[in-house]
Amino acid sequence: MSDRPRVVIVDDHHLFRSGVRAELGGELEVVGDAGTVEDAVALIREQRPDVVLLDVHMPDGGGVEVIARMSEECQDLRFLALSVSDAAEDVIAVIRAGARGYVTKTISGTELAEAVRRVAGGDAVFSPRLAGFVLDAFAQDAGANGPDAGRQAAEELELDQLTPREREVLRHIARGYMYKEVAQSLGISVKTVEAHVSAVLRKLQLSSRHELSRWAVQRRLVSLDGP
Amino acid sequence: MASAPASAGQPKARVASPLRRPLDRALLGGVCAGLAERMGVEVLVVRVMAVMAATVGGLGVAAYALAWALIPASPGSARSRRPGAWRQAPLIVLTVAALFAGVHLAGSHVGEGLWPLVLGACGLALLWRPAVADDGSLRSGRPTLRDYLNRPAQVGAPRLIAGGLFVAFGAAALLHAVGVQHSLGKAIWAVAIIGLVVGLVVGPWVMRMGSSLSFERAARIREQERAEVAAHLHDSVLQTLALIQKRAGDPREVAGLARRQERELRSWLLKRPGDAEQASVTGALERAAAEVEELHGVPIEVVTVGDTPLNGGLEAVVQAAREAMTNAAKFAGSERVDLYAEVEEERVEVFVRDRGVGFDLDAIPADRRGVRDSIIARMERHNGRAAVKSSPGEGTEVELVMERAAST
Repeated sequence: MSDRPRVVIVDDHHLFRSGVRAELGGELEVVGDAGTVEDAVALIREQRPDVVLLDVHMPDGGGVEVIARMSEECQDLRFLALSVSDAAEDVIAVIRAGARGYVTKTISGTELAEAVRRVAGGDAVFSPRLAGFVLDAFAQDAGANGPDAGRQAAEELELDQLTPREREVLRHIARGYMYKEVAQSLGISVKTVEAHVSAVLRKLQLSSRHELSRWAVQRRLVSLDGP
Repeated sequence: MASAPASAGQPKARVASPLRRPLDRALLGGVCAGLAERMGVEVLVVRVMAVMAATVGGLGVAAYALAWALIPASPGSARSRRPGAWRQAPLIVLTVAALFAGVHLAGSHVGEGLWPLVLGACGLALLWRPAVADDGSLRSGRPTLRDYLNRPAQVGAPRLIAGGLFVAFGAAALLHAVGVQHSLGKAIWAVAIIGLVVGLVVGPWVMRMGSSLSFERAARIREQERAEVAAHLHDSVLQTLALIQKRAGDPREVAGLARRQERELRSWLLKRPGDAEQASVTGALERAAAEVEELHGVPIEVVTVGDTPLNGGLEAVVQAAREAMTNAAKFAGSERVDLYAEVEEERVEVFVRDRGVGFDLDAIPADRRGVRDSIIARMERHNGRAAVKSSPGEGTEVELVMERAAST
């Protein structure tokens, strides 16, 4: 993968698109932007970019829709979700649809370029917020699945839970550590950190249980009764 | 029959006060009391006349029942009804009247066209009454059939059954009295066909009216919601935007304003009730972060997992975290501060991290008590612990741990 991945920006806010374009222009090759799902699909077909920067919230179906329509067609196309959204269920939905990561729009230009490069290279990009969402989701699931765990197939069970190491990596990311710092703190290589994060992403996308979406719905109704 | 004490002071000025049934002075339905009030005569007189009318062929009973059904209760009097068994009186009286009517029908043929009407009127009174005036919240103004149709749920099942039976008996008796029972089959067909035709003719119009009513209601609700959103945006976003335009020369302040507005809008969109924010750990941490951010103009990224209500020990955690955030924002020179809080079954952990200048904890002069007192000592007082990891140039991370069993 070249050091200047070709990027398409999909966001329904024109101002935001041009802002990101200006920020990334120096470091990456922005080959176009689109404001609607239709335009995005056409643009991606035409330009065949490496990475699509995708807004989670758009009027006509949003990022999920674009991923759903393009991922079959372009196997090596990668998506990175970019959103102001705080709603966990929306973010998890885009990740489960196939996005390789999620960053918030407050991210700096340099960090964003770095995240795009990482995604273009096949890695997963977890912002602290996404790491928090995922920890939250799997924490709830572990509790919900406890009693009838024996009835589940071992393979599925493995998908349903994070290994202690994966949890530890995610917690560091949630604490604001960069991959390099996570590696340093845990005494492992950056490659291993990347492997753990990719494994978490895969679990997030592959685990078919409905608990994950149920968690997302419940999260809106978080009560004060504790976890 | 005792005259109601309140009627003694009747105002002589009879300016078209609308006909109402004062339930607080009612023996039965308050019809007589209402009439007396309206006409300015002693209630006893009206009552005697009503009883006399009732004994004459039942017309008085029918009239009373209809009046009961159609005259609304006077506002405010519904809650102060006469207590006791009188509440059941309408049912008892109507039942007696029905029996009376039945005996008449079986025996003589006196007034046979009239009694079915009495029965029917009693039934309608039963059916309509609860809908139009039993609740104290009745709007003033004449209750209409629509009130009944709009609120059918307020008719209790016993009333519904009793009323329906009365009306059915009345109708049957009327048919009997008119002498059409031999051709009843044909009559039913005729009625059914007429009903069908009328339904076909009028039905669409009635349905349209109903749907346009519900459409109007939905539109009204939408309009209310829109107004609420507009009001909120006006109070918050537009004000902030105006402020930002004024302060355009000060990027730090503009960023702070935008940040604060963003946070406020987010919590509004996610519908976090403001009071709950204070009562839960993550809510309190978010508030503390927001305050520090506003004070020092450094963005604080808050990520939380799980939640639990605050208690004394956890409040200490929040305080310590606040102090750590303040230090990071004030002294670290970091572009942003990360706060991560995880509420687990056994413990609550909070991490405050910055990428600033960092410092050597041992090199802090003894008179600078911020870290030691406000963070470490505070946590220890509440059986928690705090660890500060920092080295010059690498940034700082403060770790706060509180076992939940120890924090009460």
